[in-house]
Amino acid sequence: MKEEKQLKVSAIKNGTVIDHIPASNLFKVIEILALSHCKNQITFGNNLESKKLGSKAIIKIADRFFADDEVNRIALVAPQAKLNIIKNYNVIEKRTVEIPDEIHSIAKCMNPMCVTNHQAIPTKFKVISRQEVTLQCAYCEKITDQERLVILSGIR
Amino acid sequence: MKSLVSITDFSKQDILSVLEHAANFEKDSRQRLLQGKVVATLFFEPSTRTRLSFETAINRLGGRVIGFSDANNTSMAKGETLKDTIMMVANYADLIVMRHPLEGAARYASEISRIPIINAGDGANQHPTQTLLDLYSIKKTQGKLDDLNIAMVGDLKYGRTVHSLLQAMSLFRTSFTFIAPPELAMPGEYKNLLAKKKLQYSEHLDLEGSINDADIIYMTRVQRERFLDPMEYEKVKQLYVLRNSMLSNTRPNVKILHPLPRVNEINIDVDSNPKAYYFQQAGNGVFARMAAICHLLNL
Ligand SMILES: [Zn+2]
Repeated sequence: MKEEKQLKVSAIKNGTVIDHIPASNLFKVIEILALSHCKNQITFGNNLESKKLGSKAIIKIADRFFADDEVNRIALVAPQAKLNIIKNYNVIEKRTVEIPDEIHSIAKCMNPMCVTNHQAIPTKFKVISRQEVTLQCAYCEKITDQERLVILSGIR
Repeated sequence: MKSLVSITDFSKQDILSVLEHAANFEKDSRQRLLQGKVVATLFFEPSTRTRLSFETAINRLGGRVIGFSDANNTSMAKGETLKDTIMMVANYADLIVMRHPLEGAARYASEISRIPIINAGDGANQHPTQTLLDLYSIKKTQGKLDDLNIAMVGDLKYGRTVHSLLQAMSLFRTSFTFIAPPELAMPGEYKNLLAKKKLQYSEHLDLEGSINDADIIYMTRVQRERFLDPMEYEKVKQLYVLRNSMLSNTRPNVKILHPLPRVNEINIDVDSNPKAYYFQQAGNGVFARMAAICHLLNL
């Protein structure tokens, strides 16, 4: 099993492996972490089998290490993501992601009358609940829940 | 620097101080505290009623007013952003009163402005000076804000005025009577807030009889667009109309409030009853707004 995985997504010497991303959200994670602007060597696999998620994605980024607040930004779309920090082909640290207290510039407010949907204003939410992700817009005060959660495109 | 975007921006102390000042202004409305100051009233959408109330408040205090009453004739119509307008006006004025059709516009303005913002309505979201004038009307007619029963009638689901009033009155020892059709019932989050503060409330479907213990009857409009079924709207609309005959067993001190304008939810036969207070309530808006402006400018 382990051998097979190695073949599917090649190993990196140093860097970060982000595992257990829901397959449907791979590209959102890429966008949130701005990996399309990243010059490092990146390999990713999608629609891999996963007992936990059914179908998962994995991203390996060579020579790149993330700060907590940076990587916590993906918690909205990949709450079960696991980070493996690789040094010299060995996993030296495993990390999970955590939804922060405030979410900036990632999610879209579901309220069509919200000022953030009409003017160039970065969105801002207070996290009301982490279990069933529930966000309260700092501007219009309306609730955006998991069902209506839309990740903004073009995040830098 | 403090702004008033939502009533929850004000503490109990802030509210009590504003109400006290409002009472002083009512006694003597010629205090020229805004002499030499400029207040901008930026009405990105028209609201003559609210604008006149604010501008009267500013004028009575001796301040100068700049601004616009309709964004259609300004550079905003040509695409100037809200940010640019606020940044510009903040250079000219000491305080901004703004009304905007988009929800959250005033909160955003308060983040970027270097002078205080008063939200005079941001779409369907907040209108905190309405709440201050409601509180002032309650205090003035009842002599206190504690140990009162407030009956709220009509659209308790979408009505922002009842939500703001509930939040503010929950700072005091208040009990509530909610009277609404099931589809317009008070949302759970507000009932949870009361439960957390150990404040009592009861819920009723019928208007008649449910208002007999109330000190304040707060009436709201039931709006057609809240109903998918027009027949249902017609039915509900008739059920939540206050008539003079319903007031015979109510408390002698009870007063009827309404944010105005009304449609048909208060029958005109109530108007001549001394328990009707909605016209005086609107008049109190000037004093409440004078006090809110001075409070934010530390005057
Ligand atoms: Zn919003």
